[in-house]
Amino acid sequence: MDNKQLEDFVKSIDQDLEIKTGKQFTEVSVPLSKLYSVASQLREKEEAQFDFLFNLSGVDYGHDLGVVYHLRSTVHGHSIVLKARTSDRENPQIDSVSGIWETANFHEREVYDLLGIKFTNHPDLRRLFLDSSWGFPLRKDYVDDINIVTK
Amino acid sequence: MKYEEFGDNESLELLRESGSNVLLTTIDDVINWGRKNSLWPLTFATSCCGIEMMQTGAPRHDFARFGMEVYRASPRQADVIVVAGTIVNKMAPILKRLYDQMSEPKYVVAMGACAISGGPFFLNSYCVVKGVEHVIPVDVYVPGCPPRPESLLYGMLQLQRMIETQTMESRKKRNASHNYK
Repeated sequence: MDNKQLEDFVKSIDQDLEIKTGKQFTEVSVPLSKLYSVASQLREKEEAQFDFLFNLSGVDYGHDLGVVYHLRSTVHGHSIVLKARTSDRENPQIDSVSGIWETANFHEREVYDLLGIKFTNHPDLRRLFLDSSWGFPLRKDYVDDINIVTK
Repeated sequence: MKYEEFGDNESLELLRESGSNVLLTTIDDVINWGRKNSLWPLTFATSCCGIEMMQTGAPRHDFARFGMEVYRASPRQADVIVVAGTIVNKMAPILKRLYDQMSEPKYVVAMGACAISGGPFFLNSYCVVKGVEHVIPVDVYVPGCPPRPESLLYGMLQLQRMIETQTMESRKKRNASHNYK
């Protein structure tokens, strides 16, 4: 399916999702409550079958924190982008998709390690690279007088 | 390489001390000649500079002709450690441990911008050690990102000239400055 057909397909799953076309991928912004159901439908439905999560990245938008998922279908050959945002910086919680795509296990651990976003229902959420004395270094408001030399 | 072709001869002249005992000077010359012509590096390469160091050992710019071809994997058998690559906070204690395990005489060459001062990661990085001299004492700095193999060869030749000017007293002073307590 090309980008226009993907947009119609996603609208058929759920009317109210915000969809952006015109870029390389169709980008679907999902509210947090619907993330897991939309993701599992994208994997399971016949026309879509997005079985390859090829990127999961955490983003700090300044005020919000978010996660971006890049999905691809090895059966049909199309790709789509899912975006989820939360404005809670104290205790950000996003549903884990590691039940749908196994590879998300390590990617979500990395996002937790560097940005502090907690993933609910994650089988083993602990830090991947850093130890517990570091805060969350990739946040925009991370301050470290000892190590960082700022310009 | 001829004396005139080196860019920096003043430091060499400074290092040369004059007026020692003739017998000791001859022994010093023999020992230094043996040491400088068979510097065995430790296999230590962290990132991109490691690739350039491997290229310096490859047939085009061969540094086996200077005696450095034998890379020892064990620090106990190595003479020089060429710190090629970025050192992060996680790697720093390991580097210190390797350096402590090397036996005297040992030399350190800081290769590349990351080992000299943190390089491109000097600003706004939370985990890069800003220069390997915070961890171990350095003898020769080879600038570049990464330095050309010819640059690394020039740095190793400078190290050889530094070794050939060492006398027994200067060696004792240098080794005593390592603080192992």
